[in-house]
Amino acid sequence: MSRITADEVRELALLARLRLSEQEVTAMTDNLGAILEYVDALRALDTTSVEPMTHAVPFDCPTRDDVVKPSLSPDEALANAPRRDGVFFQVPRILPGAGSDAEGGGS
Amino acid sequence: MIDARGATAVAIADGVRAGKWSARDVAEQYLDRIARLDGALGCYLLVDADGARRRADAVDAARKAGRDPGALAGLPLGVKDIFCTRGVETTCASKILKGFVPPYESTVTGRLADAGAVMLGKLNMDEFAMGSSNENSAYKPVRNPWSHAHVPGGSSGGSAAAIAASLCAGSIGTDTGGSIRQPASLCGVVGMKPTYGRVSRYGVIAFASSLDHPGPFGRTVEDAAALLEVMAGVDPRDATSIPSPVGAYRAAARAGANGPEPLKGMRLGVPDEYFQPGMDAEVESAVRAALDELARAGAQIVKVSLPNTKYAIATYYLICTAEASSNLARYDGVRFGYRASDARSLEEMYTRTRGEGFGTEPKRRIMLGTYVLRAGYYEAYYGKALRARRKIADDFSAAFANCDAIITPTSPIPAFKFGEKTSDPLQMYLADVLTVGPDLAGVPALSQPCGFTKAGLPIGLQTIAPALGEEVCFRVAGAYEARTKWHEQLPPEAAS
Repeated sequence: MSRITADEVRELALLARLRLSEQEVTAMTDNLGAILEYVDALRALDTTSVEPMTHAVPFDCPTRDDVVKPSLSPDEALANAPRRDGVFFQVPRILPGAGSDAEGGGS
Repeated sequence: MIDARGATAVAIADGVRAGKWSARDVAEQYLDRIARLDGALGCYLLVDADGARRRADAVDAARKAGRDPGALAGLPLGVKDIFCTRGVETTCASKILKGFVPPYESTVTGRLADAGAVMLGKLNMDEFAMGSSNENSAYKPVRNPWSHAHVPGGSSGGSAAAIAASLCAGSIGTDTGGSIRQPASLCGVVGMKPTYGRVSRYGVIAFASSLDHPGPFGRTVEDAAALLEVMAGVDPRDATSIPSPVGAYRAAARAGANGPEPLKGMRLGVPDEYFQPGMDAEVESAVRAALDELARAGAQIVKVSLPNTKYAIATYYLICTAEASSNLARYDGVRFGYRASDARSLEEMYTRTRGEGFGTEPKRRIMLGTYVLRAGYYEAYYGKALRARRKIADDFSAAFANCDAIITPTSPIPAFKFGEKTSDPLQMYLADVLTVGPDLAGVPALSQPCGFTKAGLPIGLQTIAPALGEEVCFRVAGAYEARTKWHEQLPPEAAS
């Protein structure tokens, strides 16, 4: 019995917003199953009363003065947008409803 | 004019500073080499010839005007395509970032440019730095200059191979689980992963934020030290960067070469756990011979133990995939990069953009990371791994109570053939078994050449030091290098 089923893989793919082909689901089920089985070895390690280590070097979150500094212009910030409309990133319709579903024009 | 074949970064920069040759002539020589030789190797994803000429001319103009052209004046630099370079396409070797032109510069590339380094182009890598063979590049593989049938290692395969073939004199990469040291080992060059936070991550495309370490590659220990001196230091744009002063790395590398017993008084630890069954016999004997050489250099060799080494790969892959699944959430087709065409809903745009834009390995890691962070699984997997990480880091602290540095092989095996490990991702993950520990602990580690197999493939020696002990790494590695000739051997491309 694998550690993970194809249905779980499909559900995970949805959570991760990844569209996978059926071929990918099959391969991923095998791969993830083998990897999860391997990492199960960690259960043998006693970690009672061990503090989780989230960073290699302890650090205090530094703060900076709250002052306005020069930053990217809207044109620079939007230069890599796949689609834009003026100073906006353009995306397909978010809420279902009447009207066109197409992405529309954009510049 | 300097001969680029086998030239060191410091020799080139010193010559440019002294006016013995121009940065422009050096750049032209390397651009010509790339044009002639890189077609067969695949080190570069992008060659910025015009930009390189412009940068070289600016260095020459500064020198002629009597200004300091910088410690790395005219150094021909290769940059892993994970560093954002303003105005120069940066893809992380992924289709999902094809055409992405960063509007800002990473701190590291900015500092190197300010020191006079001349970036020649962007170097190939495993997609999003996920891989140990460079076979995961979405664009093309990198071939090992010592044998084109063999992988260069990864993920910074282009950075290591380009140094080996003299297609740049210095390069930079990132190391999350071994991605600087393992390719350095497989390509026979020097690669250094500094202490976590010693080098800023600002502008470095994130894979696993608590593990990502930018660092240098060079043909010699001093070359790597010279680059790190410029790269290192606190950066207000990276909250995790360390404020301590930057060490005298070049001086440490040179000190290792001084006198008959430059390592006198040093204790070097050897952990049994890093010499396990499965290790290539030629690798083991080369590393044992290197230990004898270090002893002749005055070091005392002592046994140390890193008892939780066997848990390192599992711990590493749980943490790095968890962090990757969060970091890679930003590739959604909205603000930059690839977007699937003709999606009829936002949901469809997200899932198709990511399904079409990411390659197999990033998908696998996003899926695993999503799994281990799920409600109900979080504590059993991610939480457990964070606790295991602490135990692995504590092993290093305990070992360093008894020694100044730890000496191990970098990789248990020399370069392997293309396709040998691609069918089984777990086998590929195990290639990192000797390099992930220092990443989890955040301590500095350096790989340098220490021999060749009978088949002519390089073998790497790893020196690991306590946090902020970069100078110790450079001193030990400098001493070994001064007593051996491995770094003077050149693969065919470097001699043509």
